[in-house]
Amino acid sequence: MDLLNALVAFLNFVFIPAVAYGSQLALGALGVTLVYSILRFSNFAHGDTMAFGTAITILLTYGLQALGITAGPLPTALLALPVAIGATALLVLGTDRAVYRFYRDAKAAPVILVIVSMGVMFIMNALVRFIIGVEDVQFADGARFVINARDFKEWSGLEEGLALRTSQLITVVVAALAVALLFWFLNRTRTGKSMRAFSDNEDLALLSGINPDRVVAVTWIIVAALATTAGVLYGLDKSFKAFTYFQLLLPIFAAAIVGGLGNPLGAIAGGFLIAFSEVMVTFAWKQVVAYAVPGDWAPASLLQFMSTEYKFAVSFVILIIVLLFKPTGLFKGQSV
Amino acid sequence: MTDQNVLPDTSLAARSRSSSQGSDALRPVLLYLAMTALLAGTGVVMGWNYTLTVINMGLISAILALGVNLQWGFAGLFNIGVMGFVALGGLAAVLVPMPPVAEAWAAGGLRTIAGLVLGVLTVVALVVLRRRMPASRFKTLALIAVGVAGYMVTRAVMDPGVIAVEGVNSASAGYLGGLGLPVLLSWPAGGLLAAGAAWIIGKTALGLRSDYLAIATLGIAEIILAVLKNEDWLARGVKNVVGVPSPVPQEIVLQRDPGFVARAAEIGLDPVLASTLWVKILYLGLFAVVLVVLLVLAQLALRSPWGRMMRAIRDNEDAAEAMGKDVTRRHLQIFILGSAICGIAGAMMVTLDGQLTPGSYQPLRYTFLVWVMVIVGGSGNNWGAVLGGFLIWWLWVIVEPVGNALFGLITSALSADSAIAAHLQDASAHMRLLTMGVVLLLVLRFSPRGLIPER
Repeated sequence: MDLLNALVAFLNFVFIPAVAYGSQLALGALGVTLVYSILRFSNFAHGDTMAFGTAITILLTYGLQALGITAGPLPTALLALPVAIGATALLVLGTDRAVYRFYRDAKAAPVILVIVSMGVMFIMNALVRFIIGVEDVQFADGARFVINARDFKEWSGLEEGLALRTSQLITVVVAALAVALLFWFLNRTRTGKSMRAFSDNEDLALLSGINPDRVVAVTWIIVAALATTAGVLYGLDKSFKAFTYFQLLLPIFAAAIVGGLGNPLGAIAGGFLIAFSEVMVTFAWKQVVAYAVPGDWAPASLLQFMSTEYKFAVSFVILIIVLLFKPTGLFKGQSV
Repeated sequence: MTDQNVLPDTSLAARSRSSSQGSDALRPVLLYLAMTALLAGTGVVMGWNYTLTVINMGLISAILALGVNLQWGFAGLFNIGVMGFVALGGLAAVLVPMPPVAEAWAAGGLRTIAGLVLGVLTVVALVVLRRRMPASRFKTLALIAVGVAGYMVTRAVMDPGVIAVEGVNSASAGYLGGLGLPVLLSWPAGGLLAAGAAWIIGKTALGLRSDYLAIATLGIAEIILAVLKNEDWLARGVKNVVGVPSPVPQEIVLQRDPGFVARAAEIGLDPVLASTLWVKILYLGLFAVVLVVLLVLAQLALRSPWGRMMRAIRDNEDAAEAMGKDVTRRHLQIFILGSAICGIAGAMMVTLDGQLTPGSYQPLRYTFLVWVMVIVGGSGNNWGAVLGGFLIWWLWVIVEPVGNALFGLITSALSADSAIAAHLQDASAHMRLLTMGVVLLLVLRFSPRGLIPER
């Protein structure tokens, strides 16, 4: 029995990856939930917005690297991120002007806007593929590890190593900063308050002199920032591929809905819930359990509940269970 | 839930409705003539062999569009899991006609099936328990206990069977094989399989709001595909099943048939080309029969009291419910019917290709493209959906060569080996997605009721 090794193995293979993945999902789900609460539709183009922001970041990263500018131990992509956010903001603002505004003014049913966002999804998908192609792209540079598995073993004398990748630490730090900034903005600033008022009761907000165009524009800019950040963090942690980002739509929506669509706190909770379930259900527990139980009890099988290919099933099952028992999500969400 | 399921026409299309009253009857005829001309033009420019391929897939697309139109156009159900039902139909097209693999059955067939049955029994037990058991703290525990125990027993029974089956001659078999029944049976079987899945999904997800249903169906499609890709014992997973039997004679058989070669020579065709053309024409005939049957049924349904009730439910659920209509049941019914049609189309597609390749199913191609067909053709109108199926499929296919030619023209000015030229050549492959997005947005904006609007 060796509980310390079991704990380290758990941290290394389950906890750290799930926290990083959860932060990425939470940022994505926040974007979805903001569009839903202010613009009142489910944005199917969100995965591709993330992909666009990341594609721009990658191109800028290449440019910076060619100029010899790097961020030292940090990935160069972080330097490119603000500019990419600007580019993505321009794209979504342009899309809103050219596409969504017409339906907003016509007070179209939400489901029409969802179909419209399907059209936008096609176009953005093509745009991303035009820009960067369909291949897998690795763009993380700088120091690879904060804590190296071998160093950790030497330092602690344990059999199990603990590795913390730079990308994972950055993901958590940047996500925490972004969320803190977002909540400060929504709760403390005048614009943020007007956004919340607009989300709660549109007519009342208009009556009290809130400028709807401004609220919509600010929302899109925040959504662009959240989507680009989420996309870049996911890409640094794993890799960038246009199709994978499109598929992220499912866990992201599951996270937003499980948390309560339209509720920012819920989006964060949902992101971590989905991420932890996904990692824990598809993880082979054999090694961890073998440490935790007396020697001759060690399991023969892998103790893997589902193979990793079924990770979509996990987000989906959680989604269905939550919706069956608590239709508005864990935190009370809006229902349009 | 009042304005969730309103079709595009209510708010936006009122203005376009009044403008085209006079030409209403003539419009579909003209549009179909135009579509025929487009296909004929393609035949002249790109060759008939190519065009027949386009038409055959156009027929399948039209059937898919009919299925989605049934769900969205008739009932306002937002199903974006079309890909899953298409894939299930494809599975049936393998499981019905392929010969059984006797060795695999002997090695672990019964064990695998027994495991599967145990898994199903576990789910049934869970559902019964949830319904019948009085609510208490004990109930949740009982549910969890039954679930975990059932899962472990299922895995214990099934896993050795699966390993044994997949070990049998894994380069060419490694799966249980099919039933060895006639090929054409696989099409209705595909419909049945999809209908069964739709029943389970509908039972759990149809009470949800439209965007929740959308995400739920999107998720289910991904799960079905994950099963097809990973359960090698079922249909070889990503190793693909090739050589799926065909209901029409094979090209190679025709080429060896002296009678056929002689007849080909009479028209002045070389036997290889003649055999490919003939096979495609036979498929065209079969598919056209299926399409016509389904179209007639869909038209009858649309005009029947049942169809009127469906549209009444779509336009105002509360009012329909107040009139005593069982909205959830009717939704379940039409969800199953529409999905079954998608399953039939999926089976036809695999029969036409002669292979099942789970890796090639992508939501953009098999779900969202069908949606573009329905919206562009005219949701709520069967003729519109069929036209949309042909037109959008034609566009999807034709955009790539046209894009290639276009980019070729642009890049001819650049030096052949420049990086930009190479990039543009690669990019032409993505013209399809761009075109579909632009077409969808333009139609939604300027003609939200589609090419042939609902009456």
